Amino acid sequence: MTVQRDMDIQVEPEKIFDVERIRSEFPILSQKVNGKPLVYLDNAATSQKPQDVIDAMTRYYLEENSNIHRGVHFLSDKATQSYEAARRKIQRFINAASHKEIIYVRGTTEAINLVAQSYGRKNFRQGDEILISAMEHHSNIVPWQILAEEKGLVLRVIPMNDRGELFLDKYEAMFNERTKFVSIVHVSNVLGTINPVRAMIGIAHRHDVPVLIDGAQAVSHGRIDVRELDCDFYAFSGHKMYGPTGVGILYGKEKHLESMPPYQGGGDMIRSVTYQKTTYNDLPYKFEAGTPNIAGGVGLGATIDFLNRIDFDAAMAYEREVFEYASVALAGVKGLRIIGTAKEKASVHSFTLEGIHPHDIGTILDDDGIAIRTGHHCAQPVMQCFNIPATARASFALYNTKEEVDALVKGIYRVMEVFA
Amino acid sequence: MSALRELYQEVILDHNKSPRNFRRMEHPDRKVEGYNPLCGDHYTIFLKMDGDVIADISFDGAGCAISKASASVMSSIVKGKTKKEAEEVFERFHELVTGGGDPSAVPEKFGRLAAFSGVSEFPARVKCASLAWHTLRAALETNEHRVSTE
Repeated sequence: MTVQRDMDIQVEPEKIFDVERIRSEFPILSQKVNGKPLVYLDNAATSQKPQDVIDAMTRYYLEENSNIHRGVHFLSDKATQSYEAARRKIQRFINAASHKEIIYVRGTTEAINLVAQSYGRKNFRQGDEILISAMEHHSNIVPWQILAEEKGLVLRVIPMNDRGELFLDKYEAMFNERTKFVSIVHVSNVLGTINPVRAMIGIAHRHDVPVLIDGAQAVSHGRIDVRELDCDFYAFSGHKMYGPTGVGILYGKEKHLESMPPYQGGGDMIRSVTYQKTTYNDLPYKFEAGTPNIAGGVGLGATIDFLNRIDFDAAMAYEREVFEYASVALAGVKGLRIIGTAKEKASVHSFTLEGIHPHDIGTILDDDGIAIRTGHHCAQPVMQCFNIPATARASFALYNTKEEVDALVKGIYRVMEVFA
Repeated sequence: MSALRELYQEVILDHNKSPRNFRRMEHPDRKVEGYNPLCGDHYTIFLKMDGDVIADISFDGAGCAISKASASVMSSIVKGKTKKEAEEVFERFHELVTGGGDPSAVPEKFGRLAAFSGVSEFPARVKCASLAWHTLRAALETNEHRVSTE
């Protein structure tokens, strides 16, 4: 627990974003699918991983594998250092005030469940209201529903317009003395909408209501500064930001985390245990029961190093250019309807084709080596909002190219040909 | 292209475009919903029974070309069949789409089923092809009113 030396080495970021060089760092991208170069446009589901991340995890298992926070031996010390150094890298990446505010979890879903079950169970009473938005992923609906059922809470939904933008005036009007919590998505996984979370947090705080931001789709598409946002909680997953699966982060303000009861009980989250009484460990360990995904944490640390090394800001500017190019290209396809046309969008273009089901679009594009997601994207209420059963979704990452957008458009014309 | 052409055969494209027996039924004897929560394919199957015989069948709902064409072909094949005969066709069909069946072994009168042989090359689509059949089986066998492929 005491070993928290900082292991990173400061590297000067590369200033020019060279996409071909970046692509060469992602080994999976060079493969062929169905005889065609892979065009990976399912990044909102999970992004690919650079060699550095893969190597860091392999190296961990080859050279450092050991249980953390408990051993006095060499390997345990090394593993603990790597894991805790990664926590500090993540802390700096999102500009949290302290490493105590960085809780390792399995992913965004677990982070939200943790807050619902720990903060919510302690602080909410029958009749209390929780606000979520009309564009939430199931993972920011169901944990609250479970709690609402148990405690007799009311879940209220902030409405949106037909472009997929939340009504801020209606949101503000929803606050009353029973409003106890706001949990909203930063970037919609279906519509691509970037919600004005900073303003929404400000509104909530004027009513003394804490806010959780689901940042699963946001962290890989722009810099997150939790102190500037002033959010109370921020949840994200490693695997959508070029890191490994099975590891994610819950950021929480220290004052909240201190007052919250543990989420799970077990090893590592305790200070002392007797059959009469258990004293819990300090933050962040109080919320980290059991042996965690150590390799995942180490991999996430390597992900942050990667993002810092490549000059994240330059990468974001490049990604935005490709994304805008795709907006124009898709808008030019007759019979294609974009679902989600908010002014502020990132990464995601959901669409439907007249008379052709998204599932069929996905299968035919796959034949061209193009990977997109089809279905309801774990957001059935969003589908109901737009009165569609499903969409096809192309989602972009910093390694995608305009040529890949062209391949997508060509593939879409082929889909139309098959169904002509 | 060939595997894809095998999947989207003319029969399937035709039944997708103009599905047979695609209507809600007034006063059905049985009505069961079939739902694939993964992709959102959602159909309702309506039956009128004459003893053990499927006197009339219709369906409505929405889903991909494979699921819709499958429901359409199924409805035209099982109409007038007994429960047992319909079960046998389903077994054939299931073998076919999971790769166990030989399309040339499909009896002449069920010829249109052979159009679904291409599905076996696309494991992710087997559920699409079998959704209507699972729903029909539920309608014939149980008192359930909603089935799911999950």
